[in-house]
Formats: sequence, structure tokens, C-alpha cells
Amino acid sequence: MGDLSVLHLPSGPTAAVAKLHPVVLFNISDAYIRRNEGQERVIGTLLGTVSSDGTVEIKNSYAVPHKETSDEVAVDIDFHQRMFDLHHQVNPKEAIVGWYSTGAGVSVSDALIQDFYSREANNAILLTVDTAFTTEKLKLKAFVSTPVQLGDRQLAAQFHEIQLDLRLVEAERVGFEVLKETQTDRLPNEIEGLEATVERLRGMVDTVAQYVNKVVDGKIPADNTIGRYLADTVAVVPRINPESFDSLFNDSVQDMLLVLYLANLTRTQLALAEKLNTASAPV
Amino acid sequence: MAESSAAPARTWAQAAQTKEEEVPLRTVQIDGLALLKIIKHCKEFAPNLVTGQLLGLDIGSVLEVTNCFPFPTRSEEEEDGEDSATYQLEMMRSLREVNVDNNTVGWYQSTYMGAYQSVELIDTFLQYQENIKRCVCIIYDPQRSSQGVLALKALKLKEPFMEAYKNDALTGEGLRQSGISWPDIFEEIKVSVHNSALVGAMVTDIQPEAPVTHADFDRLSLSSAPFLEKNLEFLIQCMDDLGQEQQKQQYYYRAVTRQEAQKGAWLLKRRAENAARKAAGEEPLPEEDSANPAFKPIPEPSRLDGFLITNQISNYCGQVNGFGGQSLSKMYVMDAVHEEH
Repeated sequence: MGDLSVLHLPSGPTAAVAKLHPVVLFNISDAYIRRNEGQERVIGTLLGTVSSDGTVEIKNSYAVPHKETSDEVAVDIDFHQRMFDLHHQVNPKEAIVGWYSTGAGVSVSDALIQDFYSREANNAILLTVDTAFTTEKLKLKAFVSTPVQLGDRQLAAQFHEIQLDLRLVEAERVGFEVLKETQTDRLPNEIEGLEATVERLRGMVDTVAQYVNKVVDGKIPADNTIGRYLADTVAVVPRINPESFDSLFNDSVQDMLLVLYLANLTRTQLALAEKLNTASAPV
Repeated sequence: MAESSAAPARTWAQAAQTKEEEVPLRTVQIDGLALLKIIKHCKEFAPNLVTGQLLGLDIGSVLEVTNCFPFPTRSEEEEDGEDSATYQLEMMRSLREVNVDNNTVGWYQSTYMGAYQSVELIDTFLQYQENIKRCVCIIYDPQRSSQGVLALKALKLKEPFMEAYKNDALTGEGLRQSGISWPDIFEEIKVSVHNSALVGAMVTDIQPEAPVTHADFDRLSLSSAPFLEKNLEFLIQCMDDLGQEQQKQQYYYRAVTRQEAQKGAWLLKRRAENAARKAAGEEPLPEEDSANPAFKPIPEPSRLDGFLITNQISNYCGQVNGFGGQSLSKMYVMDAVHEEH
């Protein structure tokens, strides 16, 4: 039996991990909301970077118009190419890493689009986002495909689901409160943010204290791992003797107050100058 | 039925009329998507400063920013004009194809430590204003945002200032007439954030359960020196600049006074001469002499730079104040932690 007639099945999933930035999700849902009437789903190109260990970071995306009938699918390749050129001008580091589609999973026509994107990118990723919320959880899935070949002939493509991680640092910085609500009238300012954080810190300290008390009272069995974690955390607070801590603390406070004083003095000076200038203009 | 259909028609006409009267812009409502895109672009290129275009709709007193796209950073100023124009057009056309609002409402730019008050900014404003009546500039500071605040501002130029700037009336006289001073240049507009219900649901779903976020860590960071140092450094620089500006003004006024004195002396001399000629029955000489350097007007330096620097100083002071207050609170928190320890 020659090699020619052997059915090549993909040998195990490729060990790729996809990291998804929230801006892509926002983009996809915006594109979905703005889809044409009667359009079932939206598709688009994913941009990002691939690191040497095969981890793909999906950083950006844009929607691509397409037409779909029961047995045919046409992607506007011109549009895709133009848009990629434009994005490339802004950020040359971002390359095509795959494509996205809204919907609960892989559908039949996806193989054709995947075929196209496989030519654009090595190991193209398909990201599906269930914007219709067919289940109660948001279904986010990433796939890669491997061709099923019979000799030289390509028979089909097999999709494998790969691990998808969310990179939420940017979203955290903005604050989930702001991104979750349909309407936030005011951005939180510095002091409010700090207040919330200190409040959370206190809550955590309280939780830990309660837990420790319960363990000490013998109400719940002690857990060595948790105990060790707690001990480590407490040990991180540097041991400084009270006198030097006091002087350190006082020095910093005084520095800060001095700077504040300077800033306020400058402000007062400016306000004064403004009043004088308009009250009695020079010459 | 006929009545009810006529009524809205009238209100439409009325609405169109009132639009002419112009409602002042009160709020900039930015979509979560645009917000994240701005942050992504500004942060990826920090500390380089970048800009991009804001797209959206202008509805009464609210300016909606629903999308945006970044401008490529170009190394040479020369190739700027045509290339960026085609880029913009292409991008907007492409975005329209996928049903994005392709109405420009302004632009965004990143800043370093809030140093954005410049003549360039004002010029850009005027350029935009030529085509779009109402435009805003959204300023994002990646540096400050890494301290756990969302350092985002929406600015526009105040009407009277714009007029004065266009008419080149930023001289002592013009300013006295219009009563413009340095706080009258920029107007900060309230920013609100809007998200579609779909996005809201998504974020609620993907929001991790973790009780602490990165922003919490950023906010609790105790290192305050670098930020304060930079701020003070810039502040001192601004002070120097302001001193120079003042010197310029002073120099101008001194020159004017000297000229006035010269002119007076010359006139006195001419009048005496004329009186002598009159007595001798001769034609009097004209009381003006354009060839005389005493009559040449001295160009007055613009106050704009001084105003901008003052604005900048006030901005730094505000930043130092806000940051200082925060740091003090943090220090007391640390004190408390230590005491319990």
C-alpha cells in the first residue's frame, strides 16, 4: 500500500493558546449590533501577534462584509485587504491571526472561510462568540483547523477547540463598573477610586481576621496551606522598628505637605495674577 | 389622526429651528468600544504621543462618540498631508461599509503628564472646527492611568477665545475688550460612558470573580516620588517659560513707553518749528512723519503663549494636589497597617 491512499488524520490538536483582549469582544458586539438587516451573523478578521511558543494574542479586529446563502458564502476580500493595509499602517506589528464569527459554534460554511484565512495566516484561529446568548453563559470558543487529507487530496477540515484566555488588564484599569453599565454619567475620580480600593482592602483583612479567629476558636479545622499563605503575606510587610518607621512616615508626610503647599501657593499666585490682570491691565 | 400627524411635523420643524440656535454642548458620551480603542492605541505607543479620529453623532447637547480609529504615526512631517488624507478617507469609507457612524466629531490624543496645552492643539481645533461645528478633543494620559485612575478628558475651545484667536486679537487691547483670561481658553466637558446591552451582558459574564483587580494594586502603590518629581520638574520648566514670556511683555511695554516719549519730544520740536514758521508767514510742516522711527508701530507680542503656560501650570498644580492628597491617604493607610502589625 502506497502512501497515496492513506487517509491522513490530524495528529492531535496543536498546542496553541489564544489570549483575547476585551477590545476585540467590544468590537465584535458592536459589529453585530450594526449588522445589516436580515444578516444572520457577522464575520471579521482578527489581528494580533504570535509568540514563539505558539501563544496567539488577539489584540484587534475589524468586521468584514460577507454574503451567505444556503450553499454559498462570499467574503469581501477586497475590503479585508484594504482594511488590513490601513491597520498595518498604524501598527505594523499586528498581523492577521485568524477570523471571528458570531454564533454558537462552527457551521458548515466556516470551512470555506477558514480555508481562505489559512492562506492569510499560519494556523489561523477561528473565534466564535455567541452574541445571541443561546445559553445562559456567554460562549466564547477558539478553534484551529487541520486539514484531513487523503493522499494529496484535501477532503475536509477538522476544527479543534483550543484554550482561550481573556486578558482583562485593560478592562480592569477602566473598571468593570464603567464597562458593565449601559450608562455611566461620570467617570470615577482619583479619590473615589482609592476609597473603593481601601474599602476592598479592609473587607479582605476582615475576612481573613474572621477566618483566623474561627480557626483559633476551633470552629473550623485549620488548613495548613491557607495558614502558610497567610503567614507569607504577613511576612511581606517589612519589619521596621517603630522609631525608624515613625521618622520615615513623618518625613514622607512632610515632603508631601511641602509639595502640596508649593502647588497651592502657585495656584493662589495664578489666581491673584488673573484678578490683577483683568482688574487693571498693564499700562 | 390628521392632527396627530401634523403635530410631530411641526415639532420637527421646530426642532430644526432650535438646532440653528445651537444648544450648548454639555456631555460627551463615549462608547465603551471607543474608550477601549483609545486606551489600546495610546498605551501601545506610549511614551510616543499618538492621535486618532473620533466618530459619532451630534445629538443636541450630547455628543456621542461611538467609534474611533487611530492615525498612523509618521516619521516625517513632509509626507503627512496627502497620505494621511487618503488614509482617513479610506478608513471612513471602509467603516461605513460595515455600518459604523462615519461622522467625524473630533479627535483624540495621548499626552504625557497632562502636557497638552499647546498652540498646535488650538490650531488643530480650528482646522476641525472649519468643517464640523462641534468637535471635541479627548485627551488620554497613559502615565496617569497606570496609577489606577481613568485619566480621560474631553476638551473644547471656548467660543470667545476662538473668535479672538481667529481675529488675532490676543493683544493687550483686544483682551481687555473681550475680557478673556487664561482660564477662558479650554472648556472641559463632562464625559459619560455608554455601553450597549449586549456589551453589558458580555462584560458581566466575563468579569472574573477575583476580589482584587489590577487597578487596586496600582492605586495602592506607595511609590509617589517619580510622579511627583516629574510633575515638579515640568512645573519649574513652566515657571521659567512664564518668566520669559513676562520679560517679553515687559520689554514691549518699555519699548512702547520709550517710543511715546520720543514721539512727544519730536512733536514738541515740530510744533515749536511750526510756530516759528507761522510767525515768518510760511506753510506749517505736517505733524506726522512716517519716515521717523518714532512713528513705526512696535509689534505687540501675543499673550497666547503666556496663557497656555499658565494653563499648564494650573494643570500641574491640580495634578500635584490630587496626587498628593491620594498619597497622604495611602500613607495613613500604611501607618494603620503597621500599627496593627
